[in-house]
Formats: sequence, structure tokens, C-alpha cells
Amino acid sequence: MTTQTVNQHDAHAHDGHEHHDASGMKVFGFWIYLMSDLVIFGSLFATYAVLMNGTAGGPSGADIFELPLILISTFLLLFSSFTYGMAVLAMHADRLAQVKGWLGITFLLGAGFIGLEIYEFYHLIAEGFGPDRSAFLSSFFTLVGMHGLHVAFGLIWMLVMIVQLYTKGLNDKTRPRIMCLSLFWHFLDIVWICVFTFVYLMGVL
Amino acid sequence: MFGKLTLEDIPYDVPILVATAIVVLLGGLVVVGALTYFKKWKWLWTEWLTSVDHKKLGIMYFLVALVMLLRGFADAIMMRTQQALAAGGSEGYLPPEHYDQIFTAHGVIMIFFVAMPMVIGLMNLVVPLQIGARDVAFPFMNNLSFWLFIAGVALTMVSLFIGEYGKTGWLAYAPLSGIKYSPGVGVDYWIWGLQISGIGTTLTGINFFVTILRMRTKGMTLFRMPIFTWTSLCANVLIILSFPILTATIALLTLDRYLGMHFFTNDMGGNMMMYVNLIWAWGHPEVYILILPAFGVFSEVIATFAKKRLFGYNTMVWATVAIAFLSFTVWLHHFFTMGAGADVNAFFGIATMIIAIPTGVKIFNWLFTMYRGRLEFTSPVLWTLGFIITFTIGGMTGVMLAVPGANFVLHNSLFVIAHFHNVIIGGVVFGMLAGLTYWFPKAFGFTLDEKWGKRSFWCWIIGFYLAFMPLYILSFYGAVRRMQSYANADWQPLMIVAWFGAVLILCGIACTVIQFIVSIRDREKNADITGDPWDARTLEWSTSSPAPFYNFAHLPNVGSIDAFWEAKKEKGMAADKPTQYEDIHMPKNTVAGPIIGLISIVFGFALVWHIWWLAGVSAIGMFVAFMFRVFNDDIDYYVPAAEVERIEREHHKRLEMQA
Amino acid sequence: MRMKKNLGWLGILPLIAVLLSGCGSALMDPKGQIGVEQKSLIITAFWLMMIVVIPVLIMTVVFAWKYRHSNHAAKYMPDWAHSNKIEVFVWLIPCVIILFLGIITWKTSHSLDPNKPIESDADTMEVQVVALDWKWLFIYPEQGIATVNEVAMPVDVPVHFRVTSASVMNSFFIPTLGSQIYAMAGMDNDVYLVANEAGVYAGKSSNYSGEGFSEMTFDARAMSQDDFDAWVDKVGQSSETLSYDGSYQELAEPSTDHPVEYFSDVTSGLYRDIIESFKDGSGEGGQDGYGESSMSAEAAE
Repeated sequence: MTTQTVNQHDAHAHDGHEHHDASGMKVFGFWIYLMSDLVIFGSLFATYAVLMNGTAGGPSGADIFELPLILISTFLLLFSSFTYGMAVLAMHADRLAQVKGWLGITFLLGAGFIGLEIYEFYHLIAEGFGPDRSAFLSSFFTLVGMHGLHVAFGLIWMLVMIVQLYTKGLNDKTRPRIMCLSLFWHFLDIVWICVFTFVYLMGVL
Repeated sequence: MFGKLTLEDIPYDVPILVATAIVVLLGGLVVVGALTYFKKWKWLWTEWLTSVDHKKLGIMYFLVALVMLLRGFADAIMMRTQQALAAGGSEGYLPPEHYDQIFTAHGVIMIFFVAMPMVIGLMNLVVPLQIGARDVAFPFMNNLSFWLFIAGVALTMVSLFIGEYGKTGWLAYAPLSGIKYSPGVGVDYWIWGLQISGIGTTLTGINFFVTILRMRTKGMTLFRMPIFTWTSLCANVLIILSFPILTATIALLTLDRYLGMHFFTNDMGGNMMMYVNLIWAWGHPEVYILILPAFGVFSEVIATFAKKRLFGYNTMVWATVAIAFLSFTVWLHHFFTMGAGADVNAFFGIATMIIAIPTGVKIFNWLFTMYRGRLEFTSPVLWTLGFIITFTIGGMTGVMLAVPGANFVLHNSLFVIAHFHNVIIGGVVFGMLAGLTYWFPKAFGFTLDEKWGKRSFWCWIIGFYLAFMPLYILSFYGAVRRMQSYANADWQPLMIVAWFGAVLILCGIACTVIQFIVSIRDREKNADITGDPWDARTLEWSTSSPAPFYNFAHLPNVGSIDAFWEAKKEKGMAADKPTQYEDIHMPKNTVAGPIIGLISIVFGFALVWHIWWLAGVSAIGMFVAFMFRVFNDDIDYYVPAAEVERIEREHHKRLEMQA
Repeated sequence: MRMKKNLGWLGILPLIAVLLSGCGSALMDPKGQIGVEQKSLIITAFWLMMIVVIPVLIMTVVFAWKYRHSNHAAKYMPDWAHSNKIEVFVWLIPCVIILFLGIITWKTSHSLDPNKPIESDADTMEVQVVALDWKWLFIYPEQGIATVNEVAMPVDVPVHFRVTSASVMNSFFIPTLGSQIYAMAGMDNDVYLVANEAGVYAGKSSNYSGEGFSEMTFDARAMSQDDFDAWVDKVGQSSETLSYDGSYQELAEPSTDHPVEYFSDVTSGLYRDIIESFKDGSGEGGQDGYGESSMSAEAAE
């Protein structure tokens, strides 16, 4: 171990290195967070699998799922992942206006998804199939609702990012945030595909 | 307006609680008065509460843990007293209403608010120094984690004076913890205290995982990391993978209780076995989160004081990794008696025993580190020797419990209680006290008094054996856990022996308190000028004691395991004076951390009592505070080279004066 | 250091003493076949582990003392940190022991499986056990009687305890006879036990279940066949009877330190009714009314 060696570096180069590291570290840390979030979803999926048949005389998935509606919301979310990808491409090209535009479109698509989910939940509850009806419905509402909560949180985050893009523009604080949100958004997409397959498709089939 | 909260929820008619409340209140007043009198509020706020310095956070974690140890121990001795009295028809002095709350609180506090913050506190204090970093990866998040932990502590303590605590046991098994069988707010305090602090713990796990993987100094490859850092890394992986399960499980229980859902209810398709599975899928890794860093402490201590390289470094690392991995495959051994079937039980029983292999290997490696060494019997070494003996016995009883055929008669008996105190006191508590003594000078610049440290050790270890060996014996006579009273008067003599043991442990705690007082009094005499009071081996000892806030004026360069030891051997004098300094980039303190944490106390309290408007307001408050942080770009600064030079000069001057 | 040595042994001695003597101890002086097998299993596991525990304890004390700082006569090798021989040794020993223990575990997990009927010349008797807040209900389907907080069985007759709960989770445990099993609402668990010696053995819930948990105890009486028949007659003379919709609901109300009760008649299928009450969604004795609150699945379509 020598204490002097590092000292020889040019101070500025060292700083540059540190900053680069900081944003890389943020994205890496966010990855790790997503993994822990995945464990939460995993627990909820496992719970759903166990309680799926606990209908307690109430409806099962096949009785209540409206696949066409879910298909629309699935496409909304998938497409929003694409538009977010466009936003990231625009960011890499330093086109601020385009980043804002794509983020705005992504927000609207995500809001549409949430709108449809609220519609679905509202109708189920109105029909008497609320989450307190049976263990199956508890786990269904919780799993889907947890995803929806994440999407809603992503939307708030997106609004904040849009505001930050107006006030701060693209800099080394906002860039990693947009990258993290990108990871988050694609992650929710993947989780949704699992929800769609595992809950809706397998529930109806 | 106040939800479920009414004046009747304040237990002013229970003398013990009123007395406690008065003591806490007076103590609080003294602290507040002293802070005001000495005009220390600003200092407290700017130097400590808002600090993002991992060393200060580590110290605060440890301090709170020690305070909570007193609370948790008060519960323990009340339980021991009750069981020493309530034999053969006597009801003792605690009705079930209180006794049940006490054993629940004891378990929760000791695990979540004593053992966890000690482990996390030590990680905070030591890990960045060991890997040659200036701070953790996300300093603001580190402060926030601390404050979320504080919120958990505060909610748990508030339950003592407003309302009640859970009467369900520390893991709040459903359906007992469901709204039907526990309609009071006790379980809700449990829920929100653990949920909020658990999120803090997850953030800490992520933080330290990234710190260890991304912020190691030049040359420190993974297989040159000190063992404590390795064990911390594994513990943090376990946190990241297991705490979300706890979060999810508690959330589901919350939905059952608050929205009438049916995850774990007896009826409507609910499945309480799912709860037991989920909670242990977190709970088993949790005990390894606690014990692995303790293993790390013993490894550092034994190598340092035997003046010898740790025997079998690679084996140690792989054994740690193996334990971490296996810890996820054994959760079912906590409920063999659920009736899962012979194949399943045998699988989990054998998986559990397999953990004994890497653990046994570790024990042998510590022994062979002493072999052909020069062992100094300092108090950390005494803790380590006490640990090896106690933990070996505890490990043995653990393997006995892992044999399903034997478990069918040992489960839920006092054997289980004796076993896990055997490993948690012998392992985690001894480890943390060893770590506290070992790294104390790095935190404060002076060593702890050895005489009182050793006294504390002897009280603890003799007290431990007196308190828990009788429980092993009683379990063979059919005594089960969580009894508020028992009919069989023959058990009473051994219960009284156990009570004496608890009193001895109390003496041990008192010795530690005296040790602090004596050490602070003698701080000049015991000052650690060199920064390396033990002639130790790893990087944290290469900087001054207490370490400067930037840790290292120049980030060290590492070429081997035990880098500092090798450097000392090579060059004799450890810290030679650098000729020039550079600006150092550091994070600024945060106001958002404590504010969010404090509001989360209100948030949790509002949810416990169903005060919805307050919950809403505080949720918005937390969001706004977080937004202030997000929109604030003024979060870091540069320490000018001249300032660094001044601080380092002072250190070198002291060094020269001593030489 | 000498003190430390004593201390390590202090810890282990009482345990050994208990294991060897076991006088009056429920687990070390068992009165039934299952308990006897469990006793020998515990002792085998204990001694197997002593093979490694005893050397570790001795090595701890010897190494620590021999290589103490002041002993300059001892060899000092500060850089010695690896030895293939020792490494192989320290991995091998625990592996071999765990291998043995693993085999034993596999075998005994099956032979002592609570679900496994006990082989015997006598026919197995069935007793249905219901954990209530905070007492035990025993139903004898073959005899048509029921008791609270007292269970009787003829000596040497294997008993098939079917165990459920009408409340929170409990664990049905008669330490002197052997294995315990969880009692869970809506679940039908089994444990087979046999008493080979007449006597009164303490039974209890070993899984904490709330306020009245400590007093949730019962007597398990093992007696000769004649005495058992007389006992059945005695219970049969009780004026109390038990039916699901009637006296059972009353009995199921929480009570602490409940006295022994006898019921001369039980509606058949009471045990099944209790389990089923949690399955169809009506819950808790069919009185909560959740079941009616929502429309049925058909209505949705």
C-alpha cells in the first residue's frame, strides 16, 4: 500500500472520473433496487398462486376477467415502453425538446393504462367482487394493484422529470434520473407481461 | 378527528407504565435542558442529526441500539421474574395482558432495534474505511435509512404509553395477528414500526452492496477485501433479497387488517400457512444477516490479536458465501410440526444441517488462526473465545432441532428459546460487543477501559450459562415457551436459577455502562495517537483516530490482503507524510433525511390509530420534503487542499510529539 | 484461562446429566413408543455431534492458552495461513458427521412422521382434537362421546389423533408420549401416538395462541382397557351433549382455565363440520355472514 501514488493524478481528471462514477453508480444502485422490488413482486406472485383457488364460493378468474380490455391496456403499456426508449435515444442525442415530447407521450400512455385499471377495479367492486370478497380476489387486487401503484409512482416521477427538464435541462443530475426511470419503466413492463400471462391468460384459459 | 385514539388508550392506571413514563419524561427533560443550557442544539443538528458521514451514522445507530438494549433487557428481566414467581397456581405479578406484550416487544426490540442497528452501525463505521472509500455510495440515502430506523424505534416506544403493543409473539403469526383475534392497535404498532424501519434496512442493504462493489480503492480486488467487509457484503445481499419479503408479508397482513382482505384469515379462502412460510422465508436469512457480520468481527479480532494472518482466507470467504446461499433453503425447519410430510421435512432438515458444515469450518479456521500465533487476552479476544465455545454449543443444539424426528418434541419448547439465545447472545451480542471495543478508538480517538470490559465479559458469559442452561433442562421436562404461568412447581428452582443468570447479565450491561464512563474520564490517558492502537492489519487503522471526516487524505493503494500490515512490515512507519494534498469531493449534510424520518413517525402513528387526515397530510409532507431534496442541486462541495493539509499536519504533529 | 475451561464444561454438563439420567423428565423418561424412539434419536444426534464439539472446546482452550502472548516458548508463525492438510481435515470431519446425521434424519423423518400409523396388534383408536380458545375438545367418534381438557386412552392401543382448530393456530403436545402437531383452522392434521404405560401425562398447547394460552392444558390419561371402558361409561353418563349448532357454539366462546367437561353424546360429523365451516366461506361457525354478502359467480355472468 502506498499513499502517494494516487496523489500524482491530475486533480481535474480525477474529478471527472469521480463524477462519471457517481452517475454510473446511481444506475447500478437502481438496478439493485429493482432486484429487491422483484422480490416483492415474486412474493405477491407466490401468494397469488397459493390463493388462486381460494374463491370461497365467489367468482374465479375466468368469471370476471375481461380479456379485450386487458389487451388494450397491455398494448398501451408496451407502446409506452417504446416511446420511453425514444426519449432515451433523444437524450443521448442531446435533443431536449424531443426528450420532453416523448416523455409527455409516455406519460399519457401510462395514464391511459392506469385509467383502464381503475375502470376495471371500479367495476369489479361495484359488482360485489371487491378484494374483501375472497382470498383469490384479495391476492388478485393486491398483485395487479401493486403493479398499478408502481406505474402511478412512475407517472409522478415522469412529471417531476419533465419539470426538471424545463428548469434544469439535461445535465449530469437529470441524465442518470432519466436512465433510472427508464429502467423502472421497462421493468414494470416486464412485470406486467408476467401478470398478463400468469394472472389473466392462465386465469381465462 | 383522532380516529380510534381516545384518552382511555393512555394507560395512566398502570403503575409500572406511569413510572416508566415519568422516568422517560424526566430523562428527556434532562437531555433537552442540557442541550439548551450548553447551547448544543445547533451542534446536534448540524454535526449529527443531518450528517451524512457514515462514521457518525454508525455511532448513532450503535448509541440507539444500546439504549434499546436497556429497554429490551428490562422486558427480559421482567419475564424472568414472572416465570420465577408464577409456578404451581401462582399468577406471578404480570397478568397475561402484560406478559404477552412484554415477550412480543422483547423479541421485536432485540432483533430489529438492538441487533440490527448494532450490525448496521458497525458496517457503517467500518466498511468504507476498510475498503478505502471516503463515504458510502449514497450518503443521503444512508442518513434517510437511519431516520426510518428511528421512526420504527419511536413507534415501538410510543406504544408503551399510548395504546398497547402486539400480544402475538415477535413474528405476529396469523391468524392471531388478524383483526378478528387482535382487534387492538398493538399489531398495528408492530406493523408500522417494522414496515418503516424495514424499508430503511432495505435501502441500507442496497447502499452498502453498491458501496462495496463500486467504491473499493485501487488494487482492492474482491479477494483482497477484509473478512468483515466480505461478511457485510453477504449480509447485504441477504438484506436485499429477504427484506422485500418481509415488506410484502407485512403489507398483506396490513391489507387483511385495514381493508378486510383474506390473505391469512381462517375463512374465505385465506391461508395462514402462507404467512408462516413467507415470514420465515425472510426470518431465516435475517438471522444470518445478524450473525455473518459478527463472524467478520471475530475474524478481524482474532487475526489482529494473534498477530497472525487469518487462517484460510479463501475458505472463510467461500464458507460465508455458502452460508448466505443456504440460508434461503431452510426456512421450513421453523415449522416441521405443521404436517408437511416426511420428504419435505427431511429435505429441509438436511439442508439445515449442511449449513453446519461451512460454519464448522469457520470455527476451525478461527482456531487455527490462534495456532502458532501470539494471542493477547484483550477483552475483544475474550468475547471471541467465549463466542467460539458458546456458539459451538448453540450450533449443536441447532442441529438437534434440525432433525425433524427430534424437533417434534423440542419445537416450541424452552429448548428453542435456549438455542437461539445461545447463538444470538453467544454470536451476535458477543460479536457486537467485541466489535464495539475493537473499533471504538477509530470512532472516538481513545480506547475503552479494559478492566471494565473484562468484567462485563465475565458477567455476560456466566450470566448467559446460568440463564439459559436451565431452560434446556426444563425443555426436557415439557416446559414450553411463552408461558405466563405454569402448574408444575418442580420447574420453579431452575426458573429461579435462570433469573439469577439474567441478573448477572444485568451486571454485565452495567459494567459496559461504567466502562463508557470510566473510559471517557480517562480519555486523555487512553488516547489513540497513532490511529493504530492494536497494531492491526486492515486499512481503517492507517488513518488517524478518530478518522477525519474525509477518511483518507489520499486514497490508499492496495496490493494484498491485510494491506496495512504488509505496508507496516515493508516500511516500518505506517503513515509517512505526503508532500502535497488535493481538493476532496464530499457530500453535504441533509435536512431532508431527518425531516422525512420525523414525518414518517407521524405517518405511522396516524395509520395505527386510523387518523386518516393526518396520514394524508404527513404523506404529502414526506413527498414535499423529498421533492426539496430532488430539486436541490447544492448537495456536495470540495474540501480545499489547504484544509486537508491543516488537518493532516495536526495529526502528524501529534504523531511526532508522541515519538 | 482455567476459569474459562470450567465454564465451557459448566455449559455442557447439566445437559449431559439430563440426557443420561432423565429421571422424571418427559422427554428422557418417555412412556410411549414414539417418545422412546425420539429419546434415542436425540441422544444419538447429541453424541454424534460431540465428536466434533468436544475437540473444538478442547482446542479452543488449549490453543488460546498455549499460544498466549507471553508464552515465548511456543512457535510463532505470523504468515502461516494455509495448509491443505488442515483444510481437508476441517471440511471432511463436519461433512462426514453431517452425512451420518443426514442419513439418520432421512430415516427418522419417515419412521417418526406424525402421519404414519403405528404398527400394533391392537386396532388403532381415533380421537378428534379441536383447539378452541383456550381449551381442548376431544371427540371420540367410535364411542360417540366428547370431553374437554381430558383425554383418555387404553395402554398399548395406538391412537390416531386428528387435530384441527376452531380458532388460531395451536400445537397439540403430550411431551411424555412424543410428537406434537399444529392445530390449524380448516386443516385436518394427524399425529399417531401410543402410551405403553398407565399414568397421567401433562398435555398442552405448545404454540402461543393468546391470552389463555398458559392454562390451555389437559390431562392425558393412559389406563388399562377395563379402566378405559369404565371411563367411557362415566363420560356417557353426563347429562351434557354436544351439537354443532347448539352447545358447541357456546363451548367455542373464549374461556380461560376451562374445567374438565364430559359430553355423553356428540352429533356425528361434528369434527368435519368444524373444519368445513372455514372452507365454504361462511367462516367461524357460520355466523359472520360474509358468505351471503356477495353475489355468486353465476350472477356475474
